Amino acid sequence: MEGQFFLSMTTGIFIGGASGYLGSLMLSRRMALVAGPLGHLTLPGIALALMYGFDVSIGAFPFVVLGIVLIWLFEVRTKLPMEALTAVVFASAVAVAFLFLPVEQAETALVGDISKVGSWETGISAAVALFLVFVIRRIYPKMVLINVSEDLAGSEGVGVKKYNLVYLVLIAVIVALGVKMVGGLLTAALVAIPASASRNLSRNLSQYAIGAMIIGSVSSLLGILLFKLTGLPAGPLIILVSTAIFLFSIFLKDKRMSRGQLSGIA
Amino acid sequence: MENGLILRVKDLRVEMDRRNIIDHLSFTVKKGDIVTILGPNGAGKTVLLKCLLGLLPYDGEIAWEKGVKIGYVPQRLPFIKDIPMSVMDFFDLKGAATREVREIVNAVGFSDEFFVRKMGDLSSGQFQRILIAWGLVGNPQVLLFDEPTTGIDIGGEETIYNLLARLKKERHLTMLLVTHDLSVVYQFSTHVICLSRRTVCYGPPREVLTPESLQNLYGGGMKYYQHKHG
Repeated sequence: MEGQFFLSMTTGIFIGGASGYLGSLMLSRRMALVAGPLGHLTLPGIALALMYGFDVSIGAFPFVVLGIVLIWLFEVRTKLPMEALTAVVFASAVAVAFLFLPVEQAETALVGDISKVGSWETGISAAVALFLVFVIRRIYPKMVLINVSEDLAGSEGVGVKKYNLVYLVLIAVIVALGVKMVGGLLTAALVAIPASASRNLSRNLSQYAIGAMIIGSVSSLLGILLFKLTGLPAGPLIILVSTAIFLFSIFLKDKRMSRGQLSGIA
Repeated sequence: MENGLILRVKDLRVEMDRRNIIDHLSFTVKKGDIVTILGPNGAGKTVLLKCLLGLLPYDGEIAWEKGVKIGYVPQRLPFIKDIPMSVMDFFDLKGAATREVREIVNAVGFSDEFFVRKMGDLSSGQFQRILIAWGLVGNPQVLLFDEPTTGIDIGGEETIYNLLARLKKERHLTMLLVTHDLSVVYQFSTHVICLSRRTVCYGPPREVLTPESLQNLYGGGMKYYQHKHG
């Protein structure tokens, strides 16, 4: 039992940290909510994984990629806004999933279940998360420049299309990892909330990026600890812990701002 | 490239959404020139700058002097306030050496303490100066500006142009800038390109900016008078 708890905790800390780190890039591009529809897109893959007993991340990944490709193709063909096309594709994926998803496994699909991860799954999740952190760190300055202005990045010789492609693949992988922990419904929160909390507290880019990674990991750790104590599902607990940290960050930000104003008056 | 030229644009054509944005535009720029690109909204001024930077596809010829370095100062960066970024972080994105950044930031009128300020907390005038400094990192020979006056109050605007004139002199720069502001053209530019899809006029401002050429450029609603200084 203790061994299982350790595996869940390790998986959570690694996936939570990598999600928070990537989330700091997605938030600065106003793309944090994209992970939501992409999470929904994974539901048919999760349903297949649960029915046939393989890893949900392996089931989820091809469906995220398929979803991204479909949205891109529809956009090229129709010139409709990206958000409308995303809605079409993700709603269809949810509808397909619920045609054959076994009712007794709906909760696992929707809000995740990290309580039964095996040692192989933990090892692979941790390795993939570490690799993601490595790649994100490599592309971080160029991606921030692209987020600031694609033209400015282009004028500096940054291959915007190439970086955007790598970025989309990273999002697809993080969503596929995230659904294991928080299910198809809550993946947006996994990337958006730690980054938002970190933004409230940061004065520079490294504080922001590292802060988002730490808040992501700590939320997962505390969420899984709470799951152990209460027996409630771990996925929603992880998200609620990060929400609590976010609320606390608003309080700290307000306090800091009022202190700044006071010292300005003095 | 002919002697003294830094840029030659020949028969440039740009089409977007099956509409001609720039139609058979030709001009040349000599080293040290300050060229203003003037024209109404939608005339293709920003499109021209983006073509010169190689950011947009085009037909025709754009030839820069071999090995020339170009700095770009964009019109605005609306998303930068969404990112908690210090002034130093912004320069780090360019991978510049701290010593060079310090020297350039000092040259645009800021002390070293300014590095820790958040980009989102800067006034529009400070922000514009930092953008200019950013464009100067890497020691470019050419600077391209997209509407440097946008969002700056009158006091600040004057300072920005004084600053540009000083930088041009100190660093032997060639500048191409887009503006709506005719007074800037007269005070500051050696040449002007009036752009309304085709070139309406091209040459030194006091020679080519006539009531007729401005009327061609902006239509009948344009009131025109020329300041005589000194």
